[in-house]
Amino acid sequence: MFAHYRLRRGLDIPLKGEADRLTVPMEPSAEYAIKPTDFKHITPKLLCKENDRVLIGTPLFSDKNRPNLLFTSPVSGRVSAIVRGDKRRLLEIRILPDNTDTAVTFPTAAPEELPREQIVDLLLQSGLWPYIIQRPYGLIARPEDTPKALFISCFNSAPLAPDYDFVFADRQEQLEMGLRVIERLCPGNIHLGLSHNTSAHSVFRRLKAHIHIFRGPHPAGNVGVQIHHVCPVGKGQVVWTLSPMGLAAIGHLFLTGMYDNSRMVALTGSACLRPQYILCRQGLQLSALHEYAAPREEEVRYVSGDPLTGDNAGPAGFLGFYHQQVTFLPEGNTRELFGWARPFRFKKFSAARTYLSYLSTCFGKTFRFDLNTNTNGGVRAFVMTGEYRKVLPMDIFVSFLLKAILAGDIDKMEALGIYEVIPEDLALCEFVCSSKVEIQQILQDGIDLMIKEMQ
Amino acid sequence: MKGIKKFTFLRSTIDAFDAFLRVPDTVTRKGSHIRDCNDLKRVMIVVVIALIPCLLFGMYNTGLQHYLASGTGAGLPGFWQIFWYGFLKVLPLVIVSYVVGLGIEFTVAQIRGHEVNEGYLVTGMLIPLIMPVTVPLWMLALAVAFAVIIGKEIFGGTGMNIWNPALLARAFLFFSYPSHMSGDDVWTDGFSGATPLAGLSEGTSWEGMASWRDMFLGFIPGSVGETSVPCILLGAALLLYTGVASWKIMASCVAGAGIICLLTGQPLHYHLVMGGFAFGCVFMATDPVTSPQTESGKWVYGLLTGAMTLIIRLYNPGYPEGMMLSILLMNTFTPLIDHYVVSINMKRRIKRTAGHGQ
Repeated sequence: MFAHYRLRRGLDIPLKGEADRLTVPMEPSAEYAIKPTDFKHITPKLLCKENDRVLIGTPLFSDKNRPNLLFTSPVSGRVSAIVRGDKRRLLEIRILPDNTDTAVTFPTAAPEELPREQIVDLLLQSGLWPYIIQRPYGLIARPEDTPKALFISCFNSAPLAPDYDFVFADRQEQLEMGLRVIERLCPGNIHLGLSHNTSAHSVFRRLKAHIHIFRGPHPAGNVGVQIHHVCPVGKGQVVWTLSPMGLAAIGHLFLTGMYDNSRMVALTGSACLRPQYILCRQGLQLSALHEYAAPREEEVRYVSGDPLTGDNAGPAGFLGFYHQQVTFLPEGNTRELFGWARPFRFKKFSAARTYLSYLSTCFGKTFRFDLNTNTNGGVRAFVMTGEYRKVLPMDIFVSFLLKAILAGDIDKMEALGIYEVIPEDLALCEFVCSSKVEIQQILQDGIDLMIKEMQ
Repeated sequence: MKGIKKFTFLRSTIDAFDAFLRVPDTVTRKGSHIRDCNDLKRVMIVVVIALIPCLLFGMYNTGLQHYLASGTGAGLPGFWQIFWYGFLKVLPLVIVSYVVGLGIEFTVAQIRGHEVNEGYLVTGMLIPLIMPVTVPLWMLALAVAFAVIIGKEIFGGTGMNIWNPALLARAFLFFSYPSHMSGDDVWTDGFSGATPLAGLSEGTSWEGMASWRDMFLGFIPGSVGETSVPCILLGAALLLYTGVASWKIMASCVAGAGIICLLTGQPLHYHLVMGGFAFGCVFMATDPVTSPQTESGKWVYGLLTGAMTLIIRLYNPGYPEGMMLSILLMNTFTPLIDHYVVSINMKRRIKRTAGHGQ
């Protein structure tokens, strides 16, 4: 018995550069890194020094407020640099790999035989716990909480996102083991969100949990949207979320006793020469991918993650902890004569009907657009109404929530649903906004304020 | 723009012209790396295009009414002569509206160091269209200044205003210089006759007025752009197709008028084509800034606007044109309507999340 959900609101942006279903192994990159900035609201405390020898799974830093929350090395080698930014903020811990892939071995057993505390301890020590994210706020979950449910979205609907059916096709064993482990964390309340496109042979169809089938455009694959429809988060409630990547890594730990540093990454984007999948390690330096970036007249932006929510890592940057996709986008720092006044503007995509290019969506996936990073207009006050609603299948008044955040009104933020969203859920709103408001940043600021005030 | 260092104090003015010609080269910093190519300039220009049929017809009709009134039965001159006469009458209104309004917008942007907002592109076109063609230019300039400064800039500019600036300009003249604006004597230019609406409020029978067909087609005296329903419908079609204006507001506005007509036995088809109803319903009530932001709020707002127009028309002999006042009144209530819709959403959220208890 599957529950079905039909979501009508949303938008699939027809972008060029979807990855072909072809996997090549990558040569190791010169350096790997773990970035404390990938994790929201932690205060990193270093546990290593430069030139220390580390193995896969050696703790590199912990959270000052939660000393048992460890973040571990993705490769074996030597700590080559500890990069700090303004006010000595810790940005990156870089590791020079020795390419021996020596790993710390953790003592494991069948999850059913271990008490919950021991499983939590094992996940904390191995550095896999950060995969478990809580709602509200999108922070790393607190082990002492009892979540009312644990959600895993088994498809990614973001533009150009990797196809999970393909990525996890041969990882059934790990996914099943992972499921047995988290079953111990949140007994009887594991929910999987599947797409109606998920094939009948997909590995996710064989997993045993509460299955919910979603049909509709992006952001149907966002776990926040799925929670909203299945089990909404209110004040004082906590729901945990996990990505299939995290689930497989947890399964791998309990199968082998080792930290899983392998990662299948989709290389995508219109500035990508050969959009395809690569098999690499976590924390890969993006400069290793420069042969995939198209030599174009304009610069190319290296985004770790999808084009709506990813980080602008730059060619010298590193693959993010949570990312399974690298997007190459042409920079839009050119000027277009009479841009907004052109009647057609065929090369630019708009979801609004003020341009004819929206008609391309009627032709299915045949028309693809090569969007650059230009904002296509200046920042303005909120003017148009109803834009956000069209792309957000949630019962939330986005503009009122944003105004409550800008006004710093905690009670209103709470009543308008800030517990239910994190920036990625509103990414499409930011995309379509004709006033070019930085919605994800505003929401993150609001979440930060909530955390500060609620302590 | 680097070469013009001397004029750095005019920065936002120069930037505005520059951005008008070429899309700025600003790129996204964080968040969504790609953006939709729809921006406010595009949205505003679509509304201006939607207004052009009304403007052109208004020019022709101005000439037509002039020659009809002054003609001695010798027959009307050719089409282009009629149009040219109206063109010369209407163009100064448009120029004054844009020069004064944009002048103030640029000055304010300059003082604040902001970018110039494009909202006035639409307001500047709306204002001449809802004025009687005979309005003295100094009066128009004064009204524009009032609308832009008091109606918009003191609230913080486009997007922050409470009332529709164009209607505020008209309301300003309406109450300050009633002899020019009351709507019952707008054609002092060689002709003095009541508009159909004034006739209605004075109790003239329906038979005594212009035919429904004339009122629909627009060959009657009235404000510049509001008489021709086919031209307004043309504009409405563009606004609805592009999704710039809300069909919910337009539909519920007509429905609101229909309900009052049903209750009072008035002929709805006359009221829809008379005076500023059609124009206000399509171009004014649907202003996204001053109408509700919530979808259910739009229904309430439209219904009440339509109903209020008819009530003012029928029961207030002093102000024959109800559309302007009813839209301004409902603009005032827009935050209240939104407040209730949002409160319902908040209550629904509490109920929903409680239903799934810990």
